[in-house]
Amino acid sequence: MGALTLSNVTKSFGATDVIKGVDLEVNEGEFCVFVGPSGCGKSTLLRIIAGLEDASGGAVTIDGRDVTLLPPAKREIAMVFQSYALYPHLSVRDNMGLALKQAGVARAEIAAATDRAAGMLALGPLMDRRPAELSGGQRQRVAIGRAIVRTPKLFLFDEPLSNLDAALRVQTRIEIARLHRDLGATMVYVTHDQVEAMTLADRIVVLRAGRVEQVGAPMELYNDPANTFVAGFIGSPQMNFLKAGALGMRSDSMGVRPEHLAISRGTGQIAGKISHVEKLGGETLVYVMTDGQGLLTVRLFGEHDYTVDEAVGLTPDLSRAFHFDAAGLRMR
Amino acid sequence: MAQARSHFGRSIAAHAVLLTYTVIALFPVFVIVINSFKSRKAIFSEPLAVPTPATFDLIGYATVLKQGDFFQYFQNSMIVTVASLFFVLLFGAMAAFALSEYRFRGNLMMGLYLALGIMIPIRLGTVAILQMMVASGLVNTLAALILVYTAQGLPLAVFILSEFMKQVSDDLKNAGRIDGLSEYRIFFTLVLPLVRPAMATVAVFTMIPIWNDLWFPLILAPAESVKTITLGSQVFIGQFVTNWNAVLAALSLAILPVLVMYLIFSRQLIRGITAGAVK
Repeated sequence: MGALTLSNVTKSFGATDVIKGVDLEVNEGEFCVFVGPSGCGKSTLLRIIAGLEDASGGAVTIDGRDVTLLPPAKREIAMVFQSYALYPHLSVRDNMGLALKQAGVARAEIAAATDRAAGMLALGPLMDRRPAELSGGQRQRVAIGRAIVRTPKLFLFDEPLSNLDAALRVQTRIEIARLHRDLGATMVYVTHDQVEAMTLADRIVVLRAGRVEQVGAPMELYNDPANTFVAGFIGSPQMNFLKAGALGMRSDSMGVRPEHLAISRGTGQIAGKISHVEKLGGETLVYVMTDGQGLLTVRLFGEHDYTVDEAVGLTPDLSRAFHFDAAGLRMR
Repeated sequence: MAQARSHFGRSIAAHAVLLTYTVIALFPVFVIVINSFKSRKAIFSEPLAVPTPATFDLIGYATVLKQGDFFQYFQNSMIVTVASLFFVLLFGAMAAFALSEYRFRGNLMMGLYLALGIMIPIRLGTVAILQMMVASGLVNTLAALILVYTAQGLPLAVFILSEFMKQVSDDLKNAGRIDGLSEYRIFFTLVLPLVRPAMATVAVFTMIPIWNDLWFPLILAPAESVKTITLGSQVFIGQFVTNWNAVLAALSLAILPVLVMYLIFSRQLIRGITAGAVK
């Protein structure tokens, strides 16, 4: 029995179907990430799991218990929000302890639980401050702490890193990964950032327009995408899609990741001219305007001295290429 | 340096404009207050002069305070204003929360219906209100006034507060729901403190017309025991002779409570008016 089971969950706002039948099983202790472009319904799905939105159809089961009709507080879940959502009138300590207090837990027990969570997140010196006196990163740690204190069956994260700056984002990401290892809890995490999804997830659920496109471990999605959407969404920079007919292939389009496209100053299978070069130190991204195949991205490791307007030839690594049919589905 | 000076000049100009406006706006109040401290003769001979030792006279205040009912009037006004204010804020905020927070059939229509009250003056319904009050035996009670003023204040309160409540973060309310707070706790402990500036704005806009109103006290509660201060002051205005000393003294005294309440709310009020503009 999974820690979380969604069976044929649907959601409509008026005539608009936002979630069009989602079936999903998340195992005990798994870190599951919902990823997709904005408007794909990932946040709505999370809110249905949390009970903040009612599902129009289908059932939600948490730890073997059907919670479809239960209010959020009765679902034994904890949620971390993008905007932190700390109670402005309460100290950090009271913010973290409120849920237990509402549940009627003894005061000594609440203190023990908040102190334990504070210890895990190094919040000790901040416990008596108000949220207004904390920085963004500290607020998000308090929000995570508030979730830990409840020892829920299920953790829900709604884009928790979106409001943080880049450096803090990486730091908090590592912290969340560590917490998941330490707590061994089941977590569902929503993000539009595929890097977060790849680095955190045991399993990724790629959503598009209210439907699950593919479910799998990060490397499964990277190495074995089911369709052009998943292939394009997972991996950064984005996969190149070539018109396969022009290269003498049977398929409709061929996907080649930027790292699997060889570039040479001599001739290649596809001729083109460099339109832009991004040097990042550890890697170099070369954007090549090709004849007939549009703009392609090449990812090189280390530093390379390509200049704009240089004529180059590109050769895809056919053994690492993916073939798709006209409907965008993978041909195996 | 030149820039600093022009900045300074502009600041003077701005203050000059504002001070001029303040003087114009406060002038009638000023005239009322200075004349309330003068003898009857001095009021008529030199209405704009400030009281001098020769013209200083507390006869107006003496008359007002001797009239034993004055404190009663004062108390009536206070009860009516505070009770109406309380109900307007409570019900207005609750209705605004429901309209801004919950999706239900007729939400928009209900909002528009409540907003209609802003455009249609309640006085148009005076006859019907009077008939209702007579039928329910509420004529000559403070309850009648409180009911009417609550109805009068609600449309604007709902309209302003629902706009502000829409700005309160959904995540915060949802966090409360997940932590097991009831909708009432969410409303009273999370949402209300965050819209406090808007509440103060509504409070001031609601309070002043109620305190100053003459119409409904005159029609619904003219009895001696339930007269409000505005109505009570009218006893000094006769058909043939008006006791100006007493009228001016009564009006000066009537300004005080409004002034006190305004000072209490004003800090919040300024934040309410500039919300969004200044962050």
